[in-house]
Amino acid sequence: MRLELEKRAEHSTAMALLSPVIALALTLVSGAILFAALGENPAEALYVFFIEPLTASWSLQELVVKATPLILIGVGLAVCYLSNTWNIGGEGQFTAGALAGSVLPILFPDFQTPFTLPLMLLMGIAGGMAWAAIPAFLKVRFGTNEILTSLMLVYIALLLLDWLVRGPWRDPDGYNFPESRIFSDAASLPALADGRMHVGAIFALIAVAALAVVLMKSLKGFEIRVLGQAPRAGRFAGFSQNKMVWFAFLLSGGLAGLAGISEVSGSINQLTPVISPGYGFTAIIVAFLGRLNPIGILFSGLLLALSYLGGEAAQVALGISDKTTRVFQGMLLFYVLACDTLILYRIRLGGPAATGKGA
Amino acid sequence: MGAFEAILLTVITAATPLLLAAIGELVVERSGVLNLGVEGMMILGAVMGFAAAQATGSPYVGVLCAMLAGMVLALLFGFLTIHLVANQVATGLALTLLGLGLAGMIGEAFVGRPGVKLQAIEIPVLSDLPVVGRALFGQDLVVYVSLALVAAVSYVLFRTRAGLIIRAVGDNHGSAHALGVSVRKVRYLAVLFGGACAGLAGGYLSLAYTPQWVEGMTAGRGWIALALVVFATWRPLRVLAGAYLFGAVGILQFHAQAHGVGVPSQLLAALPYAATIAVLVIISRNRILTRINTPACLGKPFVPDR
Repeated sequence: MRLELEKRAEHSTAMALLSPVIALALTLVSGAILFAALGENPAEALYVFFIEPLTASWSLQELVVKATPLILIGVGLAVCYLSNTWNIGGEGQFTAGALAGSVLPILFPDFQTPFTLPLMLLMGIAGGMAWAAIPAFLKVRFGTNEILTSLMLVYIALLLLDWLVRGPWRDPDGYNFPESRIFSDAASLPALADGRMHVGAIFALIAVAALAVVLMKSLKGFEIRVLGQAPRAGRFAGFSQNKMVWFAFLLSGGLAGLAGISEVSGSINQLTPVISPGYGFTAIIVAFLGRLNPIGILFSGLLLALSYLGGEAAQVALGISDKTTRVFQGMLLFYVLACDTLILYRIRLGGPAATGKGA
Repeated sequence: MGAFEAILLTVITAATPLLLAAIGELVVERSGVLNLGVEGMMILGAVMGFAAAQATGSPYVGVLCAMLAGMVLALLFGFLTIHLVANQVATGLALTLLGLGLAGMIGEAFVGRPGVKLQAIEIPVLSDLPVVGRALFGQDLVVYVSLALVAAVSYVLFRTRAGLIIRAVGDNHGSAHALGVSVRKVRYLAVLFGGACAGLAGGYLSLAYTPQWVEGMTAGRGWIALALVVFATWRPLRVLAGAYLFGAVGILQFHAQAHGVGVPSQLLAALPYAATIAVLVIISRNRILTRINTPACLGKPFVPDR
């Protein structure tokens, strides 16, 4: 059997909407097979993984808490990928933001004023931006590949966090545990309801709305797309590719930094050696599953947050490794990318007779 | 064994996984495909190699399974990027995430278990040479294979017709297609070769470098291998030099710690990553050198027209 692609005359709008849905369906089918292979009842396992977390109010709140960083980082990455800038270091910028924002509550614990929290947030944003500025600068100044530099900086940021919480920032009254001191109330993001949900969720919503307007209604959005899809045309239009690299990195880094300080001051309330279950990497999947569209990312962020909760639930209820979460996430991105082909191409299966000499 | 000999031995052991993964990726990129999934193929190779060696007691079966695991993931990548013309950067990232996830899941049963170690094969006479004998001629099979691969890739790419075809496909897939070369077939073979090499590199980690399974044990080596290819400007012998340089940087931390150097261990652990950024900057400053060596069709999709 031979598989050939035939270019569609124009984008298939139906497929653009359908492809994430098909990808999700394929992921669920593969998941059922995976669970069966692990000796579980697939229907029960899928229920525990994807439905049960939606049935209790505490877990719905947890869903929002986990979706918050995913959405904040994801919308920033979407701007990068739309403009053909490959920032894959969201995890590092998240960590840098968390570290920069934590300077006040850890080193100046007595500084408790109404300005503390806003200052922390600003420092968090600045920290993420600074970390993202490194690959942006190297790309613009020397043409260094930003994929590799932004990724290397993830490892460096994680080691910096590890050193700080085990060394200079360790809580002096913490019985030698590798943890910072706990943030004061003045340095903690307020809860939204009676539970774990915090104000960070509102930041995520604002980011989604703002970027939706920028991308769909503004000249900047047009510039991002043109430089991403046709850099030569963009140059003729007077758009600067270098400025776009700076814009995309600083924006996504700032948002990742905001996600980092929001997570630390709203959810964990101190620094520990591990502050993220890979939000920065999962946000890449969120961005693509959401079709690089802020509104789409809102939904895909919630969905991938669900995969984290599902993994925890499956571990508790069925004894399945919570590592299955990452398998699900990886499969999902694979299927999304495969299904996106359907938007531009029609797939034809058949013998070589119809197509003449094949590949 | 003298101190210098011991250091040389560990440098070679640390460099071998980088060398294997990078030489495989070099061929892939020479054919015009950018596979960013090296880290994922590598770690799946590491866990599958470990598992197979445990099950059979033979590290060589482990090595073969590691290569096979890398090739399976590579085939997936090939199908998406070569057949479905999916974005290569995004698909490579997906491969890394999937490989890390699968390896973590499969490997859970093996955490803390003692592994099976690849035995050294001492070459008679040569291994008795002073200073370099043990380090160069008393290594395990995979080290010899890695060095042979560099020679073979260098020869095939630049001295044979097959190599000419690979480079033609990477530099101008349209012309290669017009001349009757099957662009897709060449790229599939290159991607599979890259997968086997990355899998082998992973297997070497869990069967020789540290014969055990540790979650996330590749620790970014797949990404460093990708950087090495750029650093080497797509030249096999420069990959060899780069891999040994990075092997040396990588083991610096162990020797520094053993000698009680008063620097935080995290700073030493960060060295290979910082060094990677540094060499990428140094090499990219020379834009001409990069431009004349970069395969012109690197990362560009190819749909045969007719």
